[in-house]
Amino acid sequence: MPDTSPPAPPPPRSSLSAFIQAVRAIIWKDLAAELRSRELISAMLVFSLLMILIFNFALELDTQAKANITSGVLWATFAFAGTLGFNRSMATEKDRGCLDGLLLAPVDRSAIFFGKAIGNLVFMLIVEAIILPVYSVLYNTNLIIPGLLLVIVLGSVGYVAVGTLLASMAVQARTRDVLLPILLFPVAIPVLIAAVKGSGGFLEGARMADITPWLNLLVVYDVVFIAVAFMIFDYVVEE
Amino acid sequence: MKSQPRALYYLNIITLVLLAAATLVVFLYAPVELQMGRVQKVFYFHLSAAWVGMIGFAVSVIAGIAYLITRQRKWDVAGYAAVEVSLVFFFIAIVAGSIWARRTWGTWWTWDPRLTSAAIVELVYAAYLMLRQGIEDPDRRARFGAVYAIVAFISVPITFLSIRILRTIHPDLNQSDSGGMGLTPKMVQTLMFSLFVFSFVFADLFWHRLRLGQLGEKIEQLRLKVSE
Repeated sequence: MPDTSPPAPPPPRSSLSAFIQAVRAIIWKDLAAELRSRELISAMLVFSLLMILIFNFALELDTQAKANITSGVLWATFAFAGTLGFNRSMATEKDRGCLDGLLLAPVDRSAIFFGKAIGNLVFMLIVEAIILPVYSVLYNTNLIIPGLLLVIVLGSVGYVAVGTLLASMAVQARTRDVLLPILLFPVAIPVLIAAVKGSGGFLEGARMADITPWLNLLVVYDVVFIAVAFMIFDYVVEE
Repeated sequence: MKSQPRALYYLNIITLVLLAAATLVVFLYAPVELQMGRVQKVFYFHLSAAWVGMIGFAVSVIAGIAYLITRQRKWDVAGYAAVEVSLVFFFIAIVAGSIWARRTWGTWWTWDPRLTSAAIVELVYAAYLMLRQGIEDPDRRARFGAVYAIVAFISVPITFLSIRILRTIHPDLNQSDSGGMGLTPKMVQTLMFSLFVFSFVFADLFWHRLRLGQLGEKIEQLRLKVSE
């Protein structure tokens, strides 16, 4: 006869490992949901391709397009695709009442933030990982440069940190879909400037001394806004 | 309903007198700048308005933090009032700067670091107002307003810094060295006086806006009571 007694409670663990486990659970939930529906990444991807198509006509992009235009086009595309993803990922939580469920869970609230943010980051990096080779083929350039990849990761981290925080506010507003870009773009300007200039520097093969200030700025932005979001996310989701 | 408190009434009068005095000082006391001519006089109010606007944004972040800690509605009213008044002051500063730039640089607008940053600050706080408009629940509106005020205030110096780096790597021909403008003692005195006066203007408008906010709160509560 099978043992029907409830499983023994897990041994008490340190708060850090519990935190990490909560974060991992949320990321896993997002990835699993995405793996089944594929609605978020496909929307971001198609949108990004359309953006590149529009830029192609708007800016007369050709194979000789200058490196600084390429980085501008890439980051404009990522920024818009990002807002699309952040909004969607928070809206699904909100609409189906998942957010309330998450909030009821006995975990630290900031674990929810990190889970959602890392999930968003993964989606954004996947989209970027697809867009870069596609762009390389379309415009006969090579965008797979280690330095450029570093800038893209650093830029995406900062952008996702602020974007996730603001998206969790925007979805609770009446004007949710239009609100996120309006809230996000003005405060994300430093990260966009630094990312565009840093990427452009690597594409042009600029001297490292010219690129370092941008990398530093990206790191500073990432650290500052991850810390800020960590501290104030509690106030956004409470109630 | 209570009418204006007496202190506010006096503050109104003092502010009006001071503003008139400042105008006289700017036009009669301050010397005419040799190269730029009379248009340079807009500079005094331009800088004062920008300065006061900055103070207001600082007030909004302090009020935001205070609200999140104490949860007293008065801090939310204060933060909202500060942003609204400051946004107007900052806009005045941009317009005054534009008038000055037209004569001095020959264009209404250049993408100089200071101008670019000012435009972004204006947009950040416009976004703050839009966020508040989109939320009906007063507690949530106050909380989100406070959070956004904090995020905005932290982002502004980083934006400033990033635009600085941008322009030093790519020097701009239009870049001005307004920091090194040769100011005579009389000009400095005029500037200081304008700053002083504009602080009064800000205080006065802020107070009025605070009262407006408090009355708005009262109406909202009464409306809730009626609908119950």
